[in-house]
Formats: sequence, structure tokens, C-alpha cells
Amino acid sequence: MESSNLKQKIGFNILRLSMLVILLILGVILYDIISKGIGVINWQFITAAPKNGMTEGGIWPAIVGTFYVTVITAVVAVPLGVFAAIYLNEYARQGKITRLIRMAIRNLAGVPSIVYGLFGLALFVNVLGFGTSILSAGLTLGLMTLPVTITASEEALKAVPNSYRHGSLALGVSKWHSIRTNVLPYAIPGILTGTILGLARAAGETAPILFTGAAFFLPFLPQSLSSQFMALPYHLYIMSTQHHDIAKVRPLAYGTALVLIVLVLSMNLIAILLRSWLRKKNK
Amino acid sequence: MTNSTHKIIVEDLDFYYDDFQALEKVSLKAPANQVTALIGPSGCGKSTFLRTLNRMNDLIEGTQVEGKVLIDNEDIYQDDLDVVSLRKRVGMVFQDPNPFPKSIYDNVAYGPKAHGIKDKDKLDDIVEKSLKRAALWDEVHDRLDKSAIGISGGQQQRLCIARALAVNPDVILMDEPTSALDPVATAKIEELVEELKENYTIIIVTHSMQQAARISDYTAFFLTGEIVEAGPTEKIFERPEDQRTEDYITGRFG
Amino acid sequence: MQKRGKLSKFKEKAIEWFFFGNGILAIIILIGIFTLLLKEGLPTFQEVSIKEFLTSTDWNPTSYSNRSYGIVSLVYSTLLVTVGSLIFAVPLGIACAAYLAEVAHPRMREILKPTVEILAGIPSVVIGFLGIVLVGPMIAKVFNLSNGLNAINGSILLGVMALPTIISISEDAISAVPEEYKQASLALGTNEWHTLITVTLPAALSGIIAAVMLGMGRAIGETMAVLMATGNAPAFPESIFDSVRTMTATIAVELGEVPYNTTHYYSLFAIGLVLFLMTFVVNLISDLVLHKYGEGE
Ligand SMILES: Nc1ncnc2c1ncn2[C@@H]1O[C@H](COP(=O)(O)OP(=O)(O)OP(=O)(O)O)[C@@H](O)[C@H]1O
Ligand SMILES: [Mg+2]
Repeated sequence: MESSNLKQKIGFNILRLSMLVILLILGVILYDIISKGIGVINWQFITAAPKNGMTEGGIWPAIVGTFYVTVITAVVAVPLGVFAAIYLNEYARQGKITRLIRMAIRNLAGVPSIVYGLFGLALFVNVLGFGTSILSAGLTLGLMTLPVTITASEEALKAVPNSYRHGSLALGVSKWHSIRTNVLPYAIPGILTGTILGLARAAGETAPILFTGAAFFLPFLPQSLSSQFMALPYHLYIMSTQHHDIAKVRPLAYGTALVLIVLVLSMNLIAILLRSWLRKKNK
Repeated sequence: MTNSTHKIIVEDLDFYYDDFQALEKVSLKAPANQVTALIGPSGCGKSTFLRTLNRMNDLIEGTQVEGKVLIDNEDIYQDDLDVVSLRKRVGMVFQDPNPFPKSIYDNVAYGPKAHGIKDKDKLDDIVEKSLKRAALWDEVHDRLDKSAIGISGGQQQRLCIARALAVNPDVILMDEPTSALDPVATAKIEELVEELKENYTIIIVTHSMQQAARISDYTAFFLTGEIVEAGPTEKIFERPEDQRTEDYITGRFG
Repeated sequence: MQKRGKLSKFKEKAIEWFFFGNGILAIIILIGIFTLLLKEGLPTFQEVSIKEFLTSTDWNPTSYSNRSYGIVSLVYSTLLVTVGSLIFAVPLGIACAAYLAEVAHPRMREILKPTVEILAGIPSVVIGFLGIVLVGPMIAKVFNLSNGLNAINGSILLGVMALPTIISISEDAISAVPEEYKQASLALGTNEWHTLITVTLPAALSGIIAAVMLGMGRAIGETMAVLMATGNAPAFPESIFDSVRTMTATIAVELGEVPYNTTHYYSLFAIGLVLFLMTFVVNLISDLVLHKYGEGE
């Protein structure tokens, strides 16, 4: 008995230690970027364009580009995701097709982001002729995000009690009207949560936009859907591997990384807070 | 009684959940402007039967209906029947009060609005009338914009009745509407049912023998998916023809 | 009986079809990806034999005299860094999952789970950047190398990126083990640790395997971290301290520079096709394991 208790003590401590290692990893990542990035962050860094062969100046075009491309991503992924979820949760009958759809969604979620990049290049840039543009990049990211928005929306719809649906249908209200006025409104916070998480991921992605529209350097902001654009993650990639004077621009790279993780993690945080608020409300 | 005074006529109704037969050769005639009570032990098919009358069973996958249900002499299972219009005419009140998480006003106005009534005065009028008919107006008229989730269970159930009345049905189905309520709230609903039958045909499922005896004019006794006996309530309770009915009513089983 | 117009019934049907169209979008996209990869990838084999593509270790499409299109070293590199990452991410991830599910105080768990999600939220390009500025120099110092951009660096980064997936899915699986199983074991007088090792973890095994497969799928398909931190030498790696170039990195590096519609261009799509099929199989396996009992979900 003594030895088995000792084993348990050691075992549990190993588990605790593992958790500590994860926290340590996260801590090191955040500490390194914040401590070395904070120094370059100032008003000019945020609001100016890169200057002097990107050795000086700021990242404003990259911030704006990331914002725009994320908006396009949302325009694609949110409605399509919600519609697909409405089909799956409100209309679909159990059966082969439904099972196949669910399997396809799970598989899409596992397709490597660079493969989405190839797909976007072949479909949007070449076949559909959108060229390397913010539109092609946004559409590519939108398709990549679709499995996330479908899954999140479906879960949100599932959480709406059936009594709302039945109550409305029993009043002789048509199915679509019931869904639109008495189901969907109550799913919106949940849909929002998952959607923000998906968009945060899209905003931080590099591989899908490498060949579909991201530009090395543009002195101006994207003017139309067919413009190329600078993006924060791509800018970080360039500044840390492709620049001719990497050592000199290292602080700028750190600053870019900091802005990027602040952006992405605050989106994550909003989603997480929204979700825990939702859970409390539903209890 | 002649056909014309029968609002609902059910003939040889069979009902299946996948392979499981929940109703077998059920026939029943429900008189207009009267209260018909459905009684019987748990799991005998009362709710299933009730849901065949407004085709809410259509929402459950793998169900199958055979036989006839006539409402106003029209077969509600004929091919080109519009289920949505049917449910507008055959209202339903569920076992657990299920107000929508909207204001009291919006709960009642929800149906009429969905059916295309936009005029604010008209809606106000419908809401007031429905709440008055459901005997709830006096309790809530000064807080119509408050959430329906905040009122008591009994009030919620009356609100659900008002919500059903607002779309102007002529049949109201009630599935154990008082099982989640305390005795005072129950008494109020029972009183209400008695008043409503003047304008509506009411079918009510109940577990309580006393309730059936108090409020119904006509009673059908279900047992394992079949109607054992149906007739005027007085007769069922005082002179049942079938031994099983008597056993059930005298509390000897179930 | 008062009837609504035929129009409104037709409208309802049309709406249902509209949603059905959106529903099957996922299938269409999946097929679309596969088809386009085939269309753009197959022309490779007009110039290159499939045998060379699949068996040669030489990847050198830009040579003037002796172009070669063998993906063996690329696939090997991908598998090398992936296996390297799983070697530490799997035990660490499962241990964390077990801690979260079985040891941590509920309130602690409520804080730690979102924290793990934060780790999942860090963009891969940031992880790759840290591979360059943080992990690389550390490896160079510890192993006394000229630089630390090599397979082991890639493995560490991929491991970090696979961890959140492994942790959260394993944790779900462990939490889902019915309480009765554990009670039965505890009632026999065994302690909690023994119960965890001999009852709970084995009962959660299929979920844990699925978690590992999903983590592996992520690692195989990850681009930016390996692109930035493994040095990208296209040669066949001799050891884990060699620079490697994975399939994803090859596509990322070369596609930006090749002219459209050349054999080189097509061959990158062919790599994409192989990559797609590899992750597809890995995901399918995890899917089958995870949804083995979920027929009627
Ligand atoms: N959705 C369903 N799927 C399969 N079987 C069902 C379903 N709903 C009910 N049943 C079965 O059909 C039979 C009748 O059920 P029903 O709910 O109509 O009984 P009930 O008389 O209303 O019982 P209670 O008094 O408990 O409400 C039962 O055996 C029940 O298990
Ligand atoms: Mg019932």
C-alpha cells in the first residue's frame, strides 16, 4: 500500500509538471515577443508605411490589409457556414448524405493551409481570373474557415431548445419563418463565438495567401478588390527570412509579431469571454 | 349525435415510430364546443394521439400514419393538405409551459405577426383579447414588455394558451397542461378550460382522473395504443362497460 | 379549410433546397480541391515518370543540365519532423489532458483550458519566427552547431503547435469515460493513479488515438513554422541536426518563383496532391476511430 501511494504521488506530480511545461512554453512565447516587441511600438510604427527598403517606418498597410482580407473572409465564411449549419441542424434527415456531409466538413478542417493556397491559386487566381488579389486571398481564407463556422453555427443551433421550434410550428407558422424568427436569433451569440475564433485563425494565416494576393511591399493601401495587399503575418515572414538586412530589421519583426499576436489573441479572448458569459447565462 | 356536430372524427388510426406501433385502430369522435379528455396509464399513446391531430408527429423522423383523421369532415392526411394552415386552426398547448424568451406582448403577438398582421392597433387588440380570454390580462397588463421567462409557471402556461388563442384556432389540444403546476394554478387553468369551450373544441390529455371528471364532457380511455372505451364522461366514470376501464378509474392499476 | 397559396408552399420547398445546396457545399469543396490538384498536378507526368517522382531522392527542378523531380527526401523530411514532434508532444499532451480531466480542481480547469486555447491561437508564422530567434540559437549553443535551423528545430515547433489539439481532444475523451468504470475500480481498493493508468486511459484510448492522429495531421500539413525554422536544404537529411525541406516548405518556397504552367509548376501541385492524400488518410483514420460508435449522431 505504501509503495502504491508513493507511485500515485509521483504520478500526479508528473502530470502537474507536464501542465507546467505547457504554461512555461506559452509564457516564454508571450514574454519573448512582448518584451522585445514593445520597444518598437509607437504611434508611428502603427500608422506609417514601411520606409527605406522596409528598414524603417511602420506597418500600417499590413494592418489595413489584414483587416480587409479578414472582412472578405467573414463575408464568405459566415453566411455560407450559417446556411450549411441551418441545413444540417434544421432540415437534414439522418442518412447517407448527411453523414457524408459531416465527414466532408471534418476532413476539410484537416486540409493543410498550403493546400488551400494551391486551391485558391488554381481556382480564384487562374480559372476564375481574379488574379493575385485581396479578393482571391479572402475567398481562399473564407473556404479554409468554412468548416469552423459550420461547426460553430451547428453547435449554437443545437443549443436552442426544441420547444421554441415546436411552439412556433404549432402556431401554424411556417418552418423557415420559425427558424428565422424563433431559432436563429437565439443562436447568434454562439455563432459569433465560433466565428470570431475562426476569423482569428484566418487573420494569422500565411500559407493560403502566399500565392493568392499577399505582396512583399506596397507603399499604398489596397484600392479595390483586385489590388494586392500587405498582411501582418506575411510581413512578419518577409521581415524575418526574406529581407536583405535581417539583423537590422529584427526589432521591426518583433514589433510586427507583437501587433499580430495582440490582434489574434484579443479576438480569441473576446470569443472565450463571450462563450463563458453564454454558458453562465444558459445555466 | 350527427356528423355535423363532430368537430373531429378519427377512423381506424394506426401510428408507428419506425417499427414500433404506438396506436392501433384508434377511432374517436370529438364533439364540437366540448371538452374531450384522454386518459390512460403512462406510455399508452395519449400524447402520440394528440399530436396526430395537428400533425406535430410529422416532425419526428421515421413515423408513419395509417387511417383517417377528419377535421370539419376534411381528411388532414390527404396529399395536398397544407400542414401550416392546419396548425393555425388546431392550436396546441404543451405539457411544460414553453414561452419564448421574448416579452409577454411579443409572445402573444408572435403568431399573428407571422401570419402577416402588421398593424399595431390590430396587434394590440389581439394581444389584449387573447390575454383576457386566457384570464391573464389582469395580472400582466401593466408589464406586457417584460420577459415572459420571469412570470410564474401557471402564468406562463396561461400565456401559452393566450399565444395559441391569438392565431384564432377552433380546436385546442392540451397535453397535460397542468402537470407542472401547483393546485392553485391548476384550478385557474381548469376554470379557463370550461370557459373556452364555448368558442373552441378542446382535447385535453390528463393524468388526473379527478381533473377529467371535473372538466370534460366526453372521455376516452387509452390502453397500450388502443381506445378501450369512450363516451360521455359521466358514463365512463359511473357506469364503465369494460372491466379494464373500471379498474383504471378506481385506481386498481397503472 | 382556408389554404395558403401554392406559392408559399413552393417558397418553403425552394428555401429547403437553397439550404440543401449550402449543406452539400462541403462535399463540393472537398471534391473541388481534389479535382483541381489532379488537374494541375497530373501534367507533371508528361515529362516526369511517376516512378521517378515517387522513388527518386533528388529534388532539383531548376538545374540546367539535370532536372529531377523526386519527392522521397521531401516526404522523408516531412515524416522526420512530424515523428520528432510527436515523440514529445504525445506524452506531454496526454499527461496534460489527464491532469486537466482527472487531477485539476474544477476552478483550475476553467482557467487552464482557455489558456491552452490561447496557445492554439498563436499564428504559425509567429511560432516560426520564434524558431529563428529563440529555438535556433538555443539548439546551436547546446549542440555546438553553426546554426540551429534544422529538423530538430522544426520538430520542437510542430510539437508545440500539435499540443493544443492533442490536449483538448484527449481531455474530452478522458472526461467522457463513465464515472461507473472509475468507481468500480476505486471500490476494489485501488488508488486513483492506478485507476487512471489501468482503467480510465485505456477506456479513453480510441479518443486519444484520434487526438494523436489529428495532431499528426496538423504537423504534416503545417507550413510556416517548418518553412522558417528548418533551413530548407533540399538534400536527403542524414541526421536530425541536418537542415531539411518538407513538402509544405517546398511548395511555399518554389511556387512563388516558378512561371505558371511549367513542369516545375505542375510538380508543386503534384506534391500538394500527395500532401492532401496523406492528411486525408490520417484524418479519415482519426474520424473512423472517433466516430466508430457515432453512426446515429
Ligand atoms: N419519439 C418517439 N420515438 C419512439 N417511440 C416513442 C416516441 N414517443 C413516444 N414513443 C413511444 O410511444 C408510446 C406512446 O408514447 P406517448 O408519449 O404517446 O404516451 P403517453 O400516453 O403520452 O404517456 P405519458 O402519460 O407518460 O405522457 C410509448 O411506448 C413511447 O415509448
Ligand atoms: Mg404524454
